[in-house]
Amino acid sequence: MGLKENLHKLKMKYEGKKMAPAFNALHTFLYLPNMITKGGTHIKAADDLKRTMNTVILALVPCLIFGMFNAGFQHYAAINGMPEGMSFFSTAFWNMDNFLLGLVTVLPLVIVSYGVGLAIEFLFAVIKGHEVEEGYLVTGMLVPLIVPVDIPLWMLAVAVAFGVVIGKEVFGGTGMNILNPALTIRAFLFFAYPTWMSGDKVWVHEAVERAGTPDAISGETILGSYAQNSDVMYSLQDMFFGFIPGSVGETSKLLIIIGALFLIFTKVGSWRIILSTLIGALVMGLIFNGVVDAGWIQEGSKFFGLMSVPFWQHLIIGSILFGAVYMATDPVSAAQTNKGKWIYGFLIGFISILIRVFNPAYPEGVFLAILLMNVFAPTIDHYVIQGNINKRKKRLKVKTA
Amino acid sequence: MGLLSRKDAKLITDPLADNNPITIQVLGICSALAITAQLKPSIVMAISVLFVMGVGNVVISLLRNLIPSKIRIIVQLIVVATLVIIVDQVLKAFAYSLSKELSVFIGLIITNCIIMGRFEAFALGNGPWKSFLDGIGNAAGYGLILVIVGFFRELLGSGTLFGFQVLGDPVEKTGLYAIGYENNGFMVLPPMALIVVGIIIWVQRSRNKDLIEEN
Repeated sequence: MGLKENLHKLKMKYEGKKMAPAFNALHTFLYLPNMITKGGTHIKAADDLKRTMNTVILALVPCLIFGMFNAGFQHYAAINGMPEGMSFFSTAFWNMDNFLLGLVTVLPLVIVSYGVGLAIEFLFAVIKGHEVEEGYLVTGMLVPLIVPVDIPLWMLAVAVAFGVVIGKEVFGGTGMNILNPALTIRAFLFFAYPTWMSGDKVWVHEAVERAGTPDAISGETILGSYAQNSDVMYSLQDMFFGFIPGSVGETSKLLIIIGALFLIFTKVGSWRIILSTLIGALVMGLIFNGVVDAGWIQEGSKFFGLMSVPFWQHLIIGSILFGAVYMATDPVSAAQTNKGKWIYGFLIGFISILIRVFNPAYPEGVFLAILLMNVFAPTIDHYVIQGNINKRKKRLKVKTA
Repeated sequence: MGLLSRKDAKLITDPLADNNPITIQVLGICSALAITAQLKPSIVMAISVLFVMGVGNVVISLLRNLIPSKIRIIVQLIVVATLVIIVDQVLKAFAYSLSKELSVFIGLIITNCIIMGRFEAFALGNGPWKSFLDGIGNAAGYGLILVIVGFFRELLGSGTLFGFQVLGDPVEKTGLYAIGYENNGFMVLPPMALIVVGIIIWVQRSRNKDLIEEN
């Protein structure tokens, strides 16, 4: 008698009852379903939706663990001063103190995100009488990674409830949503509680409480510094490794790149979208650099700081890389056609940097750009498909004429 | 219902629920989004529309046999415009600050599709008493949704009702704010009005499955 048999028995006991979907979900989360399709020929593949989702989660785990260490690291760096000459494996970063503090601050975010989100998924499954859908597995992991460490837990819970219900369930659940649910949650938090989602106090643990005391620190993100034309106190190496303040999981570019390679290698994430998003961002960055070089924007203009950032540095500041790899590639809300993916990704990168530079109220435009392009993705696909149909029609005409 | 026959009573009760102008016919959405950030303007707007619709429907109904059908839209517009100007002037005279707050939206009652819709669909074909009831019913249905949306948006967005701080003082940190509650800034923005209206539509249709459209 193992867990598997017990689960199977429970499932049989509740078959046809109202709570059945809840038990089925538990069962198939842990084991292969014991149902066998009868009759006909079938293609057998080991990857179902749950395996795909789990692959993305695996790719996210390094970011989460790094985020925990970084939460502690930023906290102590704010008190004791930033250690000099950090390399990626410095013990100043990877130590128990940092990790424990990070664990205490980040783990509740994960628990609230999964707890609230899955509760709503189970509730809807029971009410609507369908199986519990897997869609929340990845969303629940993404959410703690894209919020500041100190976000109050009840705000996160409200936002998750809103995002899952309005962002997903009203459209018909997993696979039917127009918007990326994780970003819907972030957008809700951003507009509902802006004081907790932006500014220079929220990115470091307990910085809000210390404001106004002798321990007060300036924990603003790099984008925040640029937007105010002030000096950036982090080296490029820090930015790349991720020893900088920011949302929990988006700081380490190195780990995101490793995650991206993993996703591309397992063919879960679309390399077309990732690549074209980065190209879009670079193009926009180049345009701004050109504008500065041509002398159209003078020093002292409020856009000067961000416009004069070398174009390639846009990729390692802010969360464009995280957005490109984990958010834009969401197979449900992204464009489906290959040509569409190029257009979709390019515009995400392009618009992200545009918002980042031009709108001081929104220091980071990545989530807004992705949500906007989520809305346009079906339109892009429609025109790509129509274009193909027209091309073929023309070919047909030439042949028959 | 001694005063009203059952048929007449239906003219009032139908638009309140199963034939609501906002949630079922999806008319008059723009004003429902624009002025519902607080409860007071919502109620003033509801009363203004109630007046314009009740009186307007009666006037059009009385004139219905005199209006040549080719120019009926213009006649209807003149009637609405006259009534709206009356409302506007009354508000300016007796509730200036509210009139400032509602600004252009009182004037825009003229373009409220519910009003022209009821003129066209009902008042032109029915007697004044029936038209009056229909006008009152539809305006009340419109007002009801406005008040519901206004209630939630003001309560959750500003923590107040009619301007009174029912949840405590956010600056002094009393009441709910003492334990870390904060106002939801999103509620004050227009997109949230649309979402609240959407949720009302959702709740209504899941309670009464007949209302779900086939397509």
